[in-house]
Amino acid sequence: MTLTETAPLVVPDFGDDAEDRKMAFVCSKGTLDMAYPALIMASGALEQGVETHIFFTFWGMDMINKATTGHLKFTPVGNTATHMPQALTPLPGMTAMATHRMRKQLEELDIPDIPAFLTHLSDMGCHLWACKMSVDMFNLDEDDMIDELDGVLNVSDFVELIEGAQTMFI
Amino acid sequence: MPVTTIADRPVHVDDEGFMTEYQEWDEDLARTLAGTIGIELTDAHLEVIRFLRSDFEQNGVTPTLRRVSTVGNIPTKTLFDLFPKKPARKMAYVAGLPKPAGCI
Repeated sequence: MTLTETAPLVVPDFGDDAEDRKMAFVCSKGTLDMAYPALIMASGALEQGVETHIFFTFWGMDMINKATTGHLKFTPVGNTATHMPQALTPLPGMTAMATHRMRKQLEELDIPDIPAFLTHLSDMGCHLWACKMSVDMFNLDEDDMIDELDGVLNVSDFVELIEGAQTMFI
Repeated sequence: MPVTTIADRPVHVDDEGFMTEYQEWDEDLARTLAGTIGIELTDAHLEVIRFLRSDFEQNGVTPTLRRVSTVGNIPTKTLFDLFPKKPARKMAYVAGLPKPAGCI
């Protein structure tokens, strides 16, 4: 009979005893390509059990405005990373085509559109906040914004809320 | 890959402790794995675990939280209740699968 000695049991560290972490994202852009980074990183943070807050401000309000959240666009204008001749980018239909293409690529990767993504984040426990000044500036009220929104905050309340958080401005 | 002993039998695991051999897993083993991370398996847990196993068998990758909710029809909130804090990784661990590789 052969006895095989086995290694001691290793249990993965799921960080249950770790100190609570917080992350905050400030979304200030309203284009399709600039909407995704915060949402994807927030999703990763939530999966890691990190308390996560997103603050939507200025053009980022388009991400949570019911009238625009499903219609964000991507434009190649002024974006040299598309590697298109820049003189062609402002031609009629170019933004619509680039948007269509980006949406298709995202869909192929099974990445949800912005409204479904925000619902998914909210289900994961993400806190979504609208900037008070932007709400006033764009004449919005709570009915104009997505149902998943936690509320409207002024900057000072938001800063107080995210004390100790790792914060990213996008 | 280290071989360790879980529930009185030799099991292949990676350096973090996730099982690496799909066939070595069964539901008895899952109970022991869950116990090591403070989870007592209920039917609700097992429903999630069975979806993970069958989806992995079909696709060769561990499903992400979103896939468990959209394809497996188990709400994300439920997953956080059943496998607190880091549900994606805890579910994979108990199901004897690798950590999910997808971002969302």
